Amino acid sequence: MSLELKISEIYKTYNGNPILRDCSFTFAAGRTYALQGPNGSGKSTLFRLLALLEPPDGGRVEYREDGRVLAHDLTLRRRFTLVLPGTGIFNATVWQNVAFGLQIRGFGKAAIRDRVEAALTAVGLATKKQQRAQELSSGETKRLGIARAMVINPEILMLDEPTANIDPANTAIIEEIILTMKRQRLATLLLITHDPAQAERLGDELLWLKNGKLITT
Amino acid sequence: MHSIFAGVEAACRLIISLNPELRRIILLSLQVSGLALVVATLLGLPLGALLALRRVPGRGLIISLLNTGMGLPPVAVGLFLYLLLSRSGPLGFIGLLYTPAAMVLAQAILAFPIVASLSQTALAGVDPVIRQAAVTLGATPFQETLTVIREARYALGAALMAGLGRVMAEVGAILIVGGNIAGYTRVMTTTIALETDKGNFELAIALGIILLALSFSITVALRFFQRLGGPGTAVNP
Repeated sequence: MSLELKISEIYKTYNGNPILRDCSFTFAAGRTYALQGPNGSGKSTLFRLLALLEPPDGGRVEYREDGRVLAHDLTLRRRFTLVLPGTGIFNATVWQNVAFGLQIRGFGKAAIRDRVEAALTAVGLATKKQQRAQELSSGETKRLGIARAMVINPEILMLDEPTANIDPANTAIIEEIILTMKRQRLATLLLITHDPAQAERLGDELLWLKNGKLITT
Repeated sequence: MHSIFAGVEAACRLIISLNPELRRIILLSLQVSGLALVVATLLGLPLGALLALRRVPGRGLIISLLNTGMGLPPVAVGLFLYLLLSRSGPLGFIGLLYTPAAMVLAQAILAFPIVASLSQTALAGVDPVIRQAAVTLGATPFQETLTVIREARYALGAALMAGLGRVMAEVGAILIVGGNIAGYTRVMTTTIALETDKGNFELAIALGIILLALSFSITVALRFFQRLGGPGTAVNP
């Protein structure tokens, strides 16, 4: 794992209003970053830019490896992922949702089965694999979103408010999942949270967005 | 009144005995309408997807034209196609007039705007987060489109049923371009029109009953797809 993410002088406006201004930072491989900031401060926008879902109005988003800047192509996009706050769960079974990322990469049936089972076990949804994803609770849906991302072994995993609007029990489960991934150091983790205590618990480094500026501790 | 009952009775006998002529007419109707739906789907679904999921210049105008096309008068389509395909017409050299292929073409023209427009509505109704989720998981643009199509599958099924319902019941266009030739281009709707003119009600009623049964089946299938899709995914035929 050597994928590094660097942003330089990022600028983004919506309807003429600047949301992000002159944001620069380097996310080192293997670290966990917790991003905080008030509602509307541009946290989700920043993550969408990092995930290449939309381009910045100014500045650069660079993925680097061994000092080289990588092209924003499909090969690169398949090395990281973003779990959106509204997870975007497909109208299919839990198993089919998790298998999606592997199927589109052309994995074989046996590999898909093993990896999906492992991911579902890791998030505590193995017993619900045949259930329709729409029937899950909101906490379980969040966990499914994480399983769907984990299964593709991303080198950078971005989680946009992974514990928003869910009960304490599910929050604890998700925090434990994140802490396990952090301990294993298999991916660089970036997460957005509104809970300062959670940011302290999970993050190696804490970041804030204030008035469009990215502030580090 | 007596003649109606006698006609229905004779029609039922025809249906039960699976009269060869009746069978041939039903089979040709299903073939023509089925093929027309396939053609309309092959052209309409990609266009619907393009309009729903990509930035296309003149998108609003194209959607308006398709919506207008949903109400195309069949006889006008038949006349237009006749002029194109007739021996003196620009496409007369193909020799399609008065063939089942011309009927397929006419019905495909009628079904195409329905399939395209309802597909566009169905696909545009899919939550944009679904597309974004597919992209973040590494989908190519084609895989992203397939994901959205899969999400809208029930509403798309309803769109196809609506297209099929339109062409199965159609008579004006295929009468003009098919010519209603016995054993060659005679289908259920054109036979009903002809036999009624001749006063031969048994075959007309038999075909009417079968056509009604098919229309009912299509409506049931439409409802089934709409219910499967749940609220917000149904489309109106």
